[in-house]
This record gives sequence, C-alpha cells and structure tokens, in this order.
Amino acid sequence: MANPRELSLKGKIGAYSVLTLFTIFAIYPVLRVFSISLRPGDRLLTKSLAIIPDGANFNAYISLFTEEPFLIWLRNSLLISIVVTIVGVSLATTAGYAFSRFKFPGKSSAMIAIMTTQMFPVSILLLPLFILLINLRLYDSFLGLIIAYSATALPFTIWQMKGYYDTIPYSLEEAAMIDGASRTYTFYKVILPLALPALAITALFSFMTAYSEYLVAVVLIQNTDYFTLPLGLKSFQSSMEASWGLYSAGAIIVSLPVVILFIFLSRWLISGLTLGSVKG
Amino acid sequence: MASGSKFNSTTRLAYLFLLPAFLVMGLVVFYPFVYNVVVSFSNMNLTHFRDWEITGFGNYLQVFADNSFWYFFFKTVLWTVLNLVFHVGIGVFLALILNKNIKGKSIYRTLLILPWAVPQYITALTWRGMFNAEYGAVNLFLNDLFGIEIAWLSSEWGAFTACLITNIWLGFPFMMVIALGGLQSIPDSLYEAADIDGASPWQKFRQITLPMLKPVMVPAIVLGVIWTFNNFNVVWLVSNGGEPSETTHILVSWVYRAAFFYYRMGYAAAFSMIIFLILFIFSWRFILKTGATENVYG
Repeated sequence: MANPRELSLKGKIGAYSVLTLFTIFAIYPVLRVFSISLRPGDRLLTKSLAIIPDGANFNAYISLFTEEPFLIWLRNSLLISIVVTIVGVSLATTAGYAFSRFKFPGKSSAMIAIMTTQMFPVSILLLPLFILLINLRLYDSFLGLIIAYSATALPFTIWQMKGYYDTIPYSLEEAAMIDGASRTYTFYKVILPLALPALAITALFSFMTAYSEYLVAVVLIQNTDYFTLPLGLKSFQSSMEASWGLYSAGAIIVSLPVVILFIFLSRWLISGLTLGSVKG
Repeated sequence: MASGSKFNSTTRLAYLFLLPAFLVMGLVVFYPFVYNVVVSFSNMNLTHFRDWEITGFGNYLQVFADNSFWYFFFKTVLWTVLNLVFHVGIGVFLALILNKNIKGKSIYRTLLILPWAVPQYITALTWRGMFNAEYGAVNLFLNDLFGIEIAWLSSEWGAFTACLITNIWLGFPFMMVIALGGLQSIPDSLYEAADIDGASPWQKFRQITLPMLKPVMVPAIVLGVIWTFNNFNVVWLVSNGGEPSETTHILVSWVYRAAFFYYRMGYAAAFSMIIFLILFIFSWRFILKTGATENVYG
C-alpha cells in the first residue's frame, strides 16, 4: 500500500457520489429560495421545481426596495450591528489578551464563568433584561437592543482571541519591552497588528450575531419603525402566500454578503476554533 | 523595586485589560442572571408585575409537577441526541472523504459549509416554506419520486422531523470542518506503519483515526450539545411557535412561551434555571469523564 490518502477506483466512485449527494443537499435550499425570488407575482404558487421559473423577473427585488420598508430595516440592522461589533471587538481583544498573557488570581474561575454563560438558555437573560429595560424605559429602543446584544458574542470571541494570542511568540513582546516599550504600547503596536486575522473573525462573528438575531429583537422591539431585518423578513411570513417572493428576494439580499464573507474568512475561523484543542 | 511590586503591577494591568469586558458582562449577563435567580423564587406574573414578593421554591416544584415539563424534556433529549448523531456522523464521514486525494476538494468544501454561513432564521423560514404540504419542494420531490406526500407541519412528529432535518442541514458543516482540522493533524506515517503491520481499514479507523480525532471532537460535541439543546430559532420558526397546537417545542421554546405569551415570570425564571442546571451538570460530567478539560483550556 502506498499513499494512505489515495483511493481505489471503487473508493473514488463512492467518494465522489457521496460528496455530490451532500453538496446537492447543502445548496438546494439556497437555489430554491433564489428560484422563488425570480417568480412572477401571479405565479408564486406553482408546483414547479424548475430552478429558473417561467417568466423569471426581478420584480420582487424592485418592490422590496420601492414598496416595502426594506431599506429602513437594513439601516436599523446595520446601525445596531456596527455598534455591537465595535463594542465587541474592543472588549474581546483586550480580555483575550489578559487571558493569554497574564497570570492573575481568579483567572481560571473567570474563564470557567465565561464558558458557563454559553449554557444559559436564552430566556435566562432575556426575561430579566426585558423586565429591567421596561423599568429603565429602554424597552422598544435601539439602545436597549444594543445593550442586550453587546455581550452575546463575547464568550466565544474572547476565547477565540485568547487562542490566537497564544500562538504569537512571547519573545516578540519581550523584545519590544527590552527596547523600552510599555506593555500597553506593545499590545497596540506589536500584538494587535499580528492578530489581525483573529480580529477580522471576531468582528465578523460579532456582526453576524447581531445582524442575524431574531429572538431577542422580537421581544424587545414592537415599533415597526425600529424593526431589524429578521423581524422584517419574518413579517412577510404571516402572509406567506402573497409575500413568498418578497421574502425570498429579501433572504437572498440579506444572506449574500454574509455568506460570501463567511466562506472567505472560514479558513481562519476554523483555525481559531481548533487552535485551542489541537496541539502542535 | 522588589519583585513583589512588579507582580502587583502586572496583576493590576491584567485586571485593567479585563475590566471593560467584565463591566459589560456584569451588566448584561451576570446581573440579569442573579435577577433571574431572584425572580425564580418570586410570584412575579402579569398581575404581580411591580408588587411581587419572594415566595420560595413554589415555582420549581410547579415545574417538576407539570407533565409538559417531562414531556418536553424527553423531546429535547431526543432532539439533541438525534441531531448530534447526524451532525457528527455526517460531519466525520464527509471529513474522512475530503481528507483523501480528491479533485476539486476546495470547491466541495466551500459548497458544503454553505449551510453554516446562512443566517439561522433564514434557514428556518426557508425550510418551513419547503415543508409546505402543497407547494413545498420536499413534498413535490417525494411525490415525483415515490408518489407520497407527508403532512410535515400539521402533525406532531412530522413537524418534529421537519425541525430535525432543518437543523441537521445547518449543523453538519461545523462538525465536518472541526473533524477535517483534526484529521489533517494526524501524520500519514501512522497509517503507513499500520499498513506494514497488516492492519485492516477498520482497525486503522478504530486504533488511529478515532483516538486522534477525540481531543478535537469532544469539545466540539460539548458545544454542539449545548447549542442544540438550546436551539430556539429552528424549532420556533420552523414550527411557527409550536404548531400544531403547542406540541412542537423543546424546553427553551416552551419556557419562552410561558414567559412572553403568558407572562408567568416567576415560573419561567425557575424553568430557565432548571434548563441551565441540566446543561451545566451534563457538560461538566461529560468534560470530566472524557478528560477534555486540558484541551478546552489549551
């Protein structure tokens, strides 16, 4: 037997058929949504399985922007997600650094506490936040939603940053500090630039968490002027027969940028996820 | 300066770096959590929203006395186990194939992680449309291929299966990617040595691949269990809030119903605590048993 990665002919046929089957399973729902978004308004309900429907057009996309408040939802979502991302990145980069580089009392209990929050069912924080935001008169406001989102991605991103810092050799900081640089200066000028890939992942992850969040938003937001994209797209569903095309067009527009970014950055995301567990 | 004060300044700096994150987490995670604990011992509900008082363990007893708790607990465990079996099974299987010499490997890999990249609520709403009995793609295919139609969303176990298929779709890429990372770190020389010893493919899988994958997969499985056990989005959005007639729930969607539709705050807070404790106990037992702690802390 030669190369352990080489497959026999039979093995190859099997491998490619399995891969193709699962690839179809993975991409079909996306193709289906795209197909429905192109359907003409009077033919939304057909039993056709064609990917490019008869009489395909972009009317659903056009009316999404001209007749529906899609741009308002988009603006709201972007505004909230960008603020949450800025907050999340600043917090995760610093906290991750402390966990990676310093020994201090309470370090392992702090890490366990952070990990434990991942086990919270969403209601355990949402219910008290709901009550508190009502009492603070921040219910039904952007600020309330931003507050609620600000820590959602933190446990994961702090972990992620710590794992990445761990791979940067400590000698770099020592060299800078021998040259007289302060610890804080070293962090900003030496380590942070080196951690740029991890920073990008943290930013993307924080952004996507806020941009795709439905459940907290549906509890904390009532006013349709403050609707985010998930609330808006869900509202099409209540009249699914009539709005199936609008929903599909919206879903494509909303997903496309994040899907492309995600796939582009996935290589780093994966290394970040496995860094902590794979040694050597 | 003595070394003692140097240690102190380092510690102070460490706390300074941690401070922003812990302030925010304290405000929106730890404080609400403590508040939730307090509410769970109180009689807070729609009629006692501002004038609530501490009433003791009543809410906890009420949860355990409730048949629906045990019913949805059973369903949640079934849901988590089935999902994890399919996620890990499909994920590891595809990773094993992708780890071979395959033409177009990166194209397959990219297309296969697509489900992970799509926002979860869009996945759920889209699959709900595909499970539509009359116009949904799933029944149209089943009808063309086998001449059958299934009442996906209008029967209890049909809706459960619909949620399950949706969640398998969005969850297998994560496990595939983690497993692939683990497989790539196994040196080929191990398999070559096994070949010399005349090991069968199954023996190689059992003796080399599985033990080498374990340290990577165990933390991923713990995370997967936690995410799946608490996966509100898929269950809620595919079943449109528990349809048919409040049967399609897992614990977390059921407690959401109690909190935000019936405003039984004290009851819901106690219920949330119980869900958390179940996961907490499970996770630590699992982590301790499989000796994964050192890997988690890397």
